[in-house]
Amino acid sequence: MTTTEIQDDIIADFSLFEDDMESKLFYLMDLGKRLPPMPSEHQTEEYIVKGCQSKVWLFPVFEDGKLFFEADSNTEITKGLVSLLVKIWSGKTPEEILSSELYFIEQIGMSHMIGSQRSNGFSSMIKQMKMYAFALNKA
Amino acid sequence: MSSPILNIDSIRKQFPILHQKVNGKDLVYFDNAATTQKPLSVIESLNTYYSLHNANIHRGAHTLADRSTGLFEATRKSVQAFINAAESEEIIFTKGVTESINLVAQSYGRKFLTAGDEIILSHMEHHSNIVPWQIIAEETGAIIKVINIHPNGELDMAHYQSLLSVRTKIVSCVWASNALGTINPIKDIIALAHQFNAVVMIDGAQAGSHIEIDVQDLAIDFLALSSHKLYGPTGLGVLYGKRKFLEAMPPYQGGGEMIKEVSFEKTTYNTLPYKFEAGTPNIGDVIAFNEAIKFVNDLGKDKIAQYEQSLLNHFVTGIISLQNTFGEQSISLIGTAKHKVAVQSFVMENKHHFDIGLMLDAKGIAVRTGHHCTQPLMHFYGIEGTVRASFAFYNTIDEVDILIESLRKMLERR
Repeated sequence: MTTTEIQDDIIADFSLFEDDMESKLFYLMDLGKRLPPMPSEHQTEEYIVKGCQSKVWLFPVFEDGKLFFEADSNTEITKGLVSLLVKIWSGKTPEEILSSELYFIEQIGMSHMIGSQRSNGFSSMIKQMKMYAFALNKA
Repeated sequence: MSSPILNIDSIRKQFPILHQKVNGKDLVYFDNAATTQKPLSVIESLNTYYSLHNANIHRGAHTLADRSTGLFEATRKSVQAFINAAESEEIIFTKGVTESINLVAQSYGRKFLTAGDEIILSHMEHHSNIVPWQIIAEETGAIIKVINIHPNGELDMAHYQSLLSVRTKIVSCVWASNALGTINPIKDIIALAHQFNAVVMIDGAQAGSHIEIDVQDLAIDFLALSSHKLYGPTGLGVLYGKRKFLEAMPPYQGGGEMIKEVSFEKTTYNTLPYKFEAGTPNIGDVIAFNEAIKFVNDLGKDKIAQYEQSLLNHFVTGIISLQNTFGEQSISLIGTAKHKVAVQSFVMENKHHFDIGLMLDAKGIAVRTGHHCTQPLMHFYGIEGTVRASFAFYNTIDEVDILIESLRKMLERR
């Protein structure tokens, strides 16, 4: 699936909850729980995303020209948030990651759902993933 | 919604902000320890001031200046009465509790502290009653000592007594803890300190809206209060100080208003309270603060305290019922002192406080999450932060039930 198709899926899933913020957050936390476990040896200072209020780890794995991400967080909602990014970008080429535009954020009412402080943290996760892609694309 | 103690329905009508939907739900505002909402009288006072009276105070020859000066100084008198200070000159307007404490640390501390002198703080202090003392301790070579607390969030008074000595120069302690709600026995704290001729600074940020204050009876040397935690405007605080100390202290900041005469050779300073009010003060907010004081006085602190305690008790009972259903570890109260203001921190097993805060916000419930600017206290409990619900007289038992039910739903979904 392309990044566009995955994003459209996410938007469709969240639209089922309409304006029910509580259910959206429960769903987001459930998504986080479904993330594959991240090896604890990868949960180091080096892989912490800077600029997040809660702790978020992102570990990049480069295989066959594609970038895969392991991720975890100490808070459930943030783990749900990073799981969305993993869903969209894990297994994509650095070029695909760099060229894709994340329009699902606004469509699912994310900033309203998580508030401005976490929105900044979410931007930091996106930036970090793009940095990994950028570094590999250059290499 | 009426209570035998206060007419909550009519009180709520005075707070326009409460009547709104947040995330589609009726707003439940339980973040009163961070800031309280403002009654119409305060909001209208600001409007009236800027619509009719605005002028810089003192030294004005014109009518508006005279009027605004009168209104400004009237608040000083009200604050004096509110805390039963001996003289209105002992009331200094600052921009908040933080500035009040910094003023004492910088002015009194710099003049009177020398190397080896000791400053006693408690383990439950807000950062704003820790950092100003650390700064002055570093400058002067003074040493900071910290009073231990018991696991229920009460001060270890025996430990406090063991810390006191002739080296103790300052004791600075919170009256009511913002994170735990504990009301500290400040009368004893002050009396013990005075036996060693130490001066006592009381951080009254959380006490102001809940507890009757009589600085003379308590023999408080310095007291810091916040307007915005007392239903008044933000950006305004009070420093009360005994005249003999304020007279002996050098100015904290230089500028207009605080001088008597300036020449390039020598400047002489104004009298109290102006010596400590450099520059144009926060005139409009000071004037509106008077309305907040009136509002609290009209309701009566004793009734406020009694009603707020009923909210706190209802919440604690609710949490205990959740513990009975989901296990004692599922949700824990942090801060279970015998005497408390209406503030309750809690943590949930395997659930981060940020997540709880966002889940509650989705239900229109505003609480505070995090370390509450009390990191040493959080370290004491071995936690990173808590969820804190803090109640005010405009909250209702029904609202407390909404919070309890929301927590129940979260525990069911674990």
